[in-house]
Amino acid sequence: MKRLPLLLLGGFAIAAVAACPGKKPETTPLPQAANADSAAEAQRLEEERRAREAADAAAREAAEREARQRVADSLAALGRTTEAVKTILATLIHFDYDKAIIRGGDAAVLDQKVAILQANPGLRIRISGHCDERGSDEYNLALGNRRATAAKQYLVSHGIDAGRVETVSYGEERPMDPGHNEDAWSKNRRDEFDILAGGDALKQP
Amino acid sequence: MTVVGRSGGLAVGVAAVLLTAGPPDRLTAQDTSAVDRGVRIGILYRPGVRPGIVVLTGRAPALDSLRTILARDIDYSDRFELITLPGSDSIRLAALPPASGARPPAGTGTGKAGGGAASAGGLNYPLYQALGADFAVAVTSTAADTTVVTVHDVAGSTVRRELRSRLPPLTDPGFRMAVHRLSDRVLEATLGAPGIAATRVLFVMDGKVYVIDQDGADRRLVSSTDHAAMSPAWAVDGRRFSYMEFWQGHGRLFVQDVATGKRSPVPTTGQALDFTPAFSPDGKTLAFSRAIEEGTDVYTVNVKDGCCLQRLTVGRFYDNLSPTYSPDGQRIAFVSTRAGLPQIYVMAADGTDQQLFAPFDYGATGSSNAPEWSPDGQAVAFHRDVAGTLQVFVLDVRTRAVRQLTSVGRNEDPTWAPDSRHMAFVSDRSGYRQLWIIDLETGRIRPLLQQSGARLPAWSPRLPETVPTTP
Repeated sequence: MKRLPLLLLGGFAIAAVAACPGKKPETTPLPQAANADSAAEAQRLEEERRAREAADAAAREAAEREARQRVADSLAALGRTTEAVKTILATLIHFDYDKAIIRGGDAAVLDQKVAILQANPGLRIRISGHCDERGSDEYNLALGNRRATAAKQYLVSHGIDAGRVETVSYGEERPMDPGHNEDAWSKNRRDEFDILAGGDALKQP
Repeated sequence: MTVVGRSGGLAVGVAAVLLTAGPPDRLTAQDTSAVDRGVRIGILYRPGVRPGIVVLTGRAPALDSLRTILARDIDYSDRFELITLPGSDSIRLAALPPASGARPPAGTGTGKAGGGAASAGGLNYPLYQALGADFAVAVTSTAADTTVVTVHDVAGSTVRRELRSRLPPLTDPGFRMAVHRLSDRVLEATLGAPGIAATRVLFVMDGKVYVIDQDGADRRLVSSTDHAAMSPAWAVDGRRFSYMEFWQGHGRLFVQDVATGKRSPVPTTGQALDFTPAFSPDGKTLAFSRAIEEGTDVYTVNVKDGCCLQRLTVGRFYDNLSPTYSPDGQRIAFVSTRAGLPQIYVMAADGTDQQLFAPFDYGATGSSNAPEWSPDGQAVAFHRDVAGTLQVFVLDVRTRAVRQLTSVGRNEDPTWAPDSRHMAFVSDRSGYRQLWIIDLETGRIRPLLQQSGARLPAWSPRLPETVPTTP
């Protein structure tokens, strides 16, 4: 009969711990002991309870740490995958002067993008076509449009839904290399690939 | 400015009569002269072909800047031999044997109530005849703040006309343009020819649209700074212009009011890549290029009512772009890649009857782009790839003959002045790309803007007066 309040007390304490994980239970003032024996008993019980609680807390903390680490590890892994996929997705393709035909070597680059788009159905991208400075400023907007569309057509002809790929042209307005030589020009005749949506966590194809 | 002494045939005791240099006057002159960096280009001009004109200096310093602008406008018209008298002409003329009347040249006084003094026949006409002047222009002002420009017919020894106008003060932003209008009236009074002094040129630099007076003064930003802009184009009334801005990968067209600076987006544009706007002569329709996945084609939209998008070309496997209206509004010249490389085509304004406009040799002629129909309707200027660089060409609309105009450096994006004989274009002949002006009659070339990076010029029509300057 006389242990009941203490047990209840202990139960409350555990409940309090469970309710507020990570928080130390508040020390509740003990009821006035009836005699010395019962006081000693209460003291012992109290010590046991504290020890139990400390052990429990340590175990919980370890478990939580472990869980957090697991999540972090998997997020990192996912991030690494996402970054890797993004890099492949962003790989440029290039064009010959005044041409909008996909070069043989660039078909493989586009094939990778097809696989990524297939593995990530939520992914939407934008292709922007760019030109070098040699052609006419305004004609280059039409040429850049052809270049972006050529890449899109490749993706669509390999099974990607047309609605997932947007095309724009910047003509010669956004050169990658500001130089005035063939080295710069060849870099500037390009398609860029940007993620519009669904790029937060990408799966490897 | 290059000045060269002219000595032959002048039996006058004037130490040196300076005249501005100009290239030989060949009709349909080509730009074959060697070019000095950043300096006005010119070969010695054969005297006596163009009428000589002298702008008389005066004693009122308040009018000096007016005379300077006036003289430069007259010079830039390329229709006169501008005779510049060094220093004060009155001093030099005083050393001459007294001519009949022996009065100081008119137009040199402050002209208190005597702006028309020159009309009293006080100008020493024989002297100016001897200097080779056919016309003399005197600038005076009256007490009533009216500026009087007296145009003397030196050859006829008479006053041709007195032009009175109330100019805004020197510090007023409208001052220069008011003087330009006066210059155009002088041209009208002397040769009966409409001038181009009161015009401006729109152009693109660093992705923004600017406007500059045709004499290179008063450059101002007119587009927004938030979006990259391209392809400015004037409405024929000179009160509005249009241009394109990139908005999230799309091209949006705007029409902007010159007087208020207020702009409004062109309805139906901005959902695709819309570019190269061109006003119809009546100002109601805007033709433009629209790039969609299918390709680029020419469209029109009614900008008066903001409705009625129409598609004029259907390319599918080739592109059609860069429309430009004939001044009668009946036809549109444009660029098409239907034969492979872009070339210049023409169609009726409703899109029918499409045909080749500027002939080319298949497989040999380079890409041709950026057509602009001349205001007189007789020519279409464009640029064409020649041996890997661009050159300005002119197509004769009637004969369909094509003539190469430039050959020094890379030259592109020609735009006509309202007189259909001057043209602004982009050239790297000085080492970097900048805006130049060429006179097709004389072949004379001058830089419009020394700064590099300017491109896509659009020359205005004769600009309407916003504030009346004629009292």
